[in-house]
Amino acid sequence: MSTLHPAANSAPSHWRAPQLSMRWWPVFLRNLLVWRKLAIPSLVGNIAEPLMWLVAFGYGLGSLIGQIEMGGEKVPYILFLASGSICMSAMNAATFEALYSAFSRMHVQKTWDGIMNAPVRLDDIVLAEMLWAAFKALFTVTAILGVMLALGISHSWKLLAAWPVLLGVGITFSCMALIFNALAKGYDFFTYYFTLFLTPMMFLSGIFFPRDQLPPLVRAIADWLPLSAAVELVRPLFMDRWPEHALRHGVVLALFASLSFWVALALTRKRFRS
Amino acid sequence: MSSPLLSVSHLVKRYGDATVVNDLSFQIHPGECLGVIGPNGAGKTTTLRMCLGLSTPDAGQIDYFDGLHMPQDALAIKSRLGVVSQMDTLDPDFSCAENLLVYGRYFGLKDAQIRERIAPLLEFGALTSKANAKPGELSGGMKRRLSLSRALINHPSMLLLDEPTTGLDPQARHLMWERLQNLLQQGKSILLTTHFMDEAERLCDRLLVLDHGRKIAEGKPRDLIAEHLEPDVVEVYGAGALALAQDAELKPLAARIEVSGETVFFYTAQAQPLLLALQPWPQLRTLHRPANLEDLFLKLTGRQIREDA
Repeated sequence: MSTLHPAANSAPSHWRAPQLSMRWWPVFLRNLLVWRKLAIPSLVGNIAEPLMWLVAFGYGLGSLIGQIEMGGEKVPYILFLASGSICMSAMNAATFEALYSAFSRMHVQKTWDGIMNAPVRLDDIVLAEMLWAAFKALFTVTAILGVMLALGISHSWKLLAAWPVLLGVGITFSCMALIFNALAKGYDFFTYYFTLFLTPMMFLSGIFFPRDQLPPLVRAIADWLPLSAAVELVRPLFMDRWPEHALRHGVVLALFASLSFWVALALTRKRFRS
Repeated sequence: MSSPLLSVSHLVKRYGDATVVNDLSFQIHPGECLGVIGPNGAGKTTTLRMCLGLSTPDAGQIDYFDGLHMPQDALAIKSRLGVVSQMDTLDPDFSCAENLLVYGRYFGLKDAQIRERIAPLLEFGALTSKANAKPGELSGGMKRRLSLSRALINHPSMLLLDEPTTGLDPQARHLMWERLQNLLQQGKSILLTTHFMDEAERLCDRLLVLDHGRKIAEGKPRDLIAEHLEPDVVEVYGAGALALAQDAELKPLAARIEVSGETVFFYTAQAQPLLLALQPWPQLRTLHRPANLEDLFLKLTGRQIREDA
């Protein structure tokens, strides 16, 4: 077929670098506008459950356990649990948004298809969804932090530093969840992610009990989990101390976030190119 | 003629071993409505997706406006296009007015600028009374008109419409046609895929007939009919009609005879002798009409059981 021109642009690799611009902002605004209509009920859902866990386990189990030793200092169990569970809340809020809600927009409502008929790249849509899920996580933990302050669990000024850290935790977990969003054929698929990844991580990351209770081999792996890094960064702030090895834990979160975003973007591009 | 708004040359798309678009070339000039017709799987939607940069061609070139190339200049091109896809992608959580506002922001338009456009666009879509209704409360026709209004938010010079009236009732379809004609009168260009030959005939200046990813005909609807078909058709159906296809007296009176299901189609340049010859069969129903695009489509894409088949 000598008449055929070779395509000036042979199909670019799905793994090429992200091509990002400020076009993500109107997509983020769209999600914000929907959420504003549903903010109150969604707020109740987002904070009621984590608080019930905290109250039931913190006060109930806490009265059996009493004090728990952290870095040579004895602290009430509820403080230990609160400082870990806030990380779990950030993880859950970001994950739910980047899985179920993003999948609804991407696959069920075809919102993304509509957006891509306008001058917005898929890369920017994925970025917007990622940042949106992180924002939801930040919003949720802010509300929970408010209640924790009201309950008098901690009054450290260092908690202000926990806020950006928890945004980072939200970013990391929304990036990871978007990988599974890109692979999903239906909502049922997300059960694997929760059961095989998030639930084990929840128990291995030192939220409910210190990681030194784990067998050495498991502990060695658990130390490098992103949720462990989050807990290591946030927990000392609740105890009015600065975290040790902050750089290491920050790098773990950043690596999980950037690698996951890259993989999620590649898989999403693949899904949409067909 | 002025330079084309869209020029597609030697486009090829393969999925595995299947070639779904095969060496396809066409152009759209300013103010023109080009209809792409063809059976399901002919490559219409794939072609449209490539024109939108949503799918990468295996070969060929797509040029827009003054020297913009798809997909390299996708964003610059899309900022000047309006698109209505086959499936509605309206936001179910937003009212009609909010749908337009949010969509306008994707084009980088300022809120104040979009708000000025919302009322006229809702009016254009005959949706003024539904400004605060959500898509779930709209009929199928209203949803499609909202999709069309939404596609106009950036004042595009060219529209790409993928089966804009599929699934609509006749009233809704006619209103849609009227709106599209209105846009053509305003000087906009339209690329439209459709399954409806009456739609193609009514709206399109030129037609592209696709089958198995290839262009099998291109031209003005009337010219295509004149070129490929006899001007008159006599349809005969009822008990015993099929035997007429083999009738020795009738056969010489028709240039071509086709059978589809229970109906015999006589294609002829002179219908009167044929109609007279059919009088001995008063129990049969006959319909005499001019040949239309549907006849052309069926002839070209070969969906009928041919007389000699």
